[in-house]
Amino acid sequence: MDTLLLSRIQFAANISFHILFPTITIALGWVLLFFKLRFNRTGERKWMDLYLFWVKVFALSFAMGVVSGITMSFQFGTNWPGFMETVGNVAGPLLAYEVLTAFFLEAVFLGIMLFGASRVPGWLHTLATFLVAFGTTMSAFWILVLNSWMHTPAGHELRDGVVYAADWWAIIFNPSMPYRLTHMLLASGLTVAFLIAGLSAYRLLRGDRAAEVATGLRFGVILGAVLIPAQIVAGDMHGLNTLEHQPAKVAAMEGNWETQGNVPLLLFALPDEVARENRLELGIPSMASVILKHDPAGVVPGLDDFVAADGTVLHPPVAAVFWSFRVMVGIGVLMLLVSWGAAFLIWRRGVEGVPRPALMGLTAMSFAGWGATLAGWYTTEIGRQPWLVQGVLTVEQAVGDIASGMVATTLVAYLLVYAALLAAYVGVIFHLARKGGRYDAPVASPGMQPAE
Amino acid sequence: MAMFDPVALPLIFAALMGVSILLYVVLDGFDLGVGLLFPFADEGERDRMVASIGPFWDANETWLVLAIGILLVAFPVAHGDILTALYLPVAVMLIGLILRGVAFEFRAKAPLGHKRPWDAAFWAGSLMTALAQGFMLGMYVMGLEWTWAKVAFALGTAGALAVAYSFIGAGWVILKTDGVLQRKAVGWARGGIWGMVLGMGAVSVATPLVSARIFDKWFRFPEIVALAPLPLMSGLLVALLWLALRRLPTANDSFAWFPFAGAVVLMVLGFFGMAYSFYPYIVPEKLTIWQAAAATESLAIILVGTLVVLPMILGYTVLAYVIFRGKATKLSYD
Ligand code: HDD
Ligand code: HEM
Ligand code: HEM
Repeated sequence: MDTLLLSRIQFAANISFHILFPTITIALGWVLLFFKLRFNRTGERKWMDLYLFWVKVFALSFAMGVVSGITMSFQFGTNWPGFMETVGNVAGPLLAYEVLTAFFLEAVFLGIMLFGASRVPGWLHTLATFLVAFGTTMSAFWILVLNSWMHTPAGHELRDGVVYAADWWAIIFNPSMPYRLTHMLLASGLTVAFLIAGLSAYRLLRGDRAAEVATGLRFGVILGAVLIPAQIVAGDMHGLNTLEHQPAKVAAMEGNWETQGNVPLLLFALPDEVARENRLELGIPSMASVILKHDPAGVVPGLDDFVAADGTVLHPPVAAVFWSFRVMVGIGVLMLLVSWGAAFLIWRRGVEGVPRPALMGLTAMSFAGWGATLAGWYTTEIGRQPWLVQGVLTVEQAVGDIASGMVATTLVAYLLVYAALLAAYVGVIFHLARKGGRYDAPVASPGMQPAE
Repeated sequence: MAMFDPVALPLIFAALMGVSILLYVVLDGFDLGVGLLFPFADEGERDRMVASIGPFWDANETWLVLAIGILLVAFPVAHGDILTALYLPVAVMLIGLILRGVAFEFRAKAPLGHKRPWDAAFWAGSLMTALAQGFMLGMYVMGLEWTWAKVAFALGTAGALAVAYSFIGAGWVILKTDGVLQRKAVGWARGGIWGMVLGMGAVSVATPLVSARIFDKWFRFPEIVALAPLPLMSGLLVALLWLALRRLPTANDSFAWFPFAGAVVLMVLGFFGMAYSFYPYIVPEKLTIWQAAAATESLAIILVGTLVVLPMILGYTVLAYVIFRGKATKLSYD
């Protein structure tokens, strides 16, 4: 394999591993703040137990996020030197602001949040929890500004092939940023909602009757049930925005080869890039036109528009985008069914009355958010090919000149480490759930006790 | 403003990057050192050693992110040159940092039987990181060229930096613990000080020898007079450290801070020596900081943010060290 392909696989592996953990910490930080405030307000022990259980998951996820994030920042230099050389004047300040306003904030206050409760006044501990949650959200904000700018660049000018910033406001609030940020933050909320619901269900299945378990289940299910409709609406708006700015990506998502009206919404198809058509199509007539143009006869751009006169293909690979999009939407629909079904059961019969199969279903969905998030990112990023920065810089121009053997070696090393750590992470989370809320010491005055 | 002109800006950013690297080497140096010393401690002692760095290691590591960030954003051209030349050691370091950072969390949360393997991962990760950083330092001094002789030198600095980190790590343990563990740490420090001297000596001797320009900078008159205090102070400090380590720990714990503080000062002195040698180059003998710098407008906008935020960062970093001052006790989320 050549250096370009290997570097791409390596980048995809590293970012896919990294994003798993911020997806958890971004929302879990706010959830912890909520638990803490509920405890401050009610003094009920179950809220503190919930806090103490989930703060461990948070600490572990945070550590995974930090170390994999460091790998990310080095990669620009090791594998993609052309990226900073061409767009560094825009990307640089955005990344710098992320380090300055987010990373230090979360890293310093994390120490106080995790280990400082007995050393600082209660309000300072709550403040530290808030600042950590705020910091993770700021990270997401800055990195998504950059990523969105790469999809829908604005506010810059090109001089001698190098990008210069012209209007920072336009760069930061580039056309896809609000949609991408909203959709990603909701994705994080959903990931956490299903994780909390899933682990609580798992504990119930194992006969753990602690008060905190029932509350956790109720909390996770309700959070999921509330967020998923919002996510579907946000996703739809995101898609419409993409149609405006990156029509080739949407054509690939829909598997639509020709520009035409009455485009069906394909539920299944095998896109064939050589014959430039789909095999085994199964779809709902005119539905894609309705979704994208709000009119059954609406004309939707097709992939054939993005082939140059000499036959060069200017659209992304179709099958990967088509299928990853379906995986994301599929999981989204499943989340809707499961969370509303579970909410209904809890409403009618209470947590105790939720039948075992439903609990098993929730347990199985514990990491569903990861699946949808990765699939969504694959749609987004592969859908931008062959561009790295849409219309400005191609992936091929950015790649570094390194021996392919070297990239292959490091790729294998990363993959082995990631596979082992992922297994350990999931294993330990379920181990913590099995250990459950067995905290030895009785509740001391402000209600805190050692977790370990 | 003069600060925002194309001559001053790259200089300011080079200085900021230097400060971040220095803070990183000192701060993460003691964390990594603690990891390197793991095999010499028993299980209870290891818990206590981890407790002494628990609240700090994440923020310490962030200085590396800032340093690499400044290299990335302020000197985009140099960034590609340096990191592609150091591709393999960077990868080793990253995997080391990953193992070290997560082992730290896993050892406390995994089933009890898994604690030992995670301790081993913590040690291995610290070792990989320290060796890779020392190797990169050596290659940088040697002008980033992969020849056998230069790689051999870099392997030497790799070992030396690992020993130097264990020395500062031992200094940290002396400062943050007491009793048997503290006494053990004094022993570790006595062993480590020689590695530190050897490593700093090797770099100091080699740097002028590989570059006539650097040789001239150090040994020309009158600079040589102005520079003489640097090696002299280092020598004196090593002697004082050696004397102190023979008497520590004292009955009332006085001077427990001295080995750590001494190691910090030694690292600072070594750092200024290096900075003096390489200035004004960022890629040794190839690119100066002005040739490698990003556009003035972009640097200016980062500088504004930095001037506002950096004092706050330093402020809350100090706050964290004040909150967690004193001897380390059991690590718990209370
Ligand atoms: C829990 C996660 C999750 C769920 C349930 C959904 N998504 Fe999503 N989706 C994401 C998580 C996500 C994401 C990982 O966050 C992405 C990747 C980039 C982005 O901004 O969000 C994404 C991207 C993404 C894109 C690509 C936009 C672009 O790159 O230009 C579209 C069109 C949608 N989503 C639409 C939807 C629709 C119609 C959904 C209805 C069920 C949906 N998403 C559910
Ligand atoms: C600021 C944020 C991001 C930057 C700067 C960025 C940049 C890049 C770069 C340099 C590539 C390599 C080119 C290629 O392989 O096609 C790439 C591809 C990729 N990125 Fe992103 N990316 C960002 C965010 C993300 C996120 C959050 C994900 C989530 C998982 C992601 C997933 C991918 C994937 C899967 C590919 C491979 C696509 C392919 O091979 O065709 N990216 N991106
Ligand atoms: C190319 C893209 C990326 C780079 C270079 C990058 C870099 C980093 C680095 C260096 C850290 C560690 C910070 C520390 O030391 O505390 C980190 C952590 C983090 N990153 Fe990324 N990151 C990227 C993509 C993303 C994306 C797409 C998101 C979310 C949407 C994200 C969200 C976070 C968050 C929330 C943290 C805090 C640690 C955690 O919660 O796990 N990052 N990132």
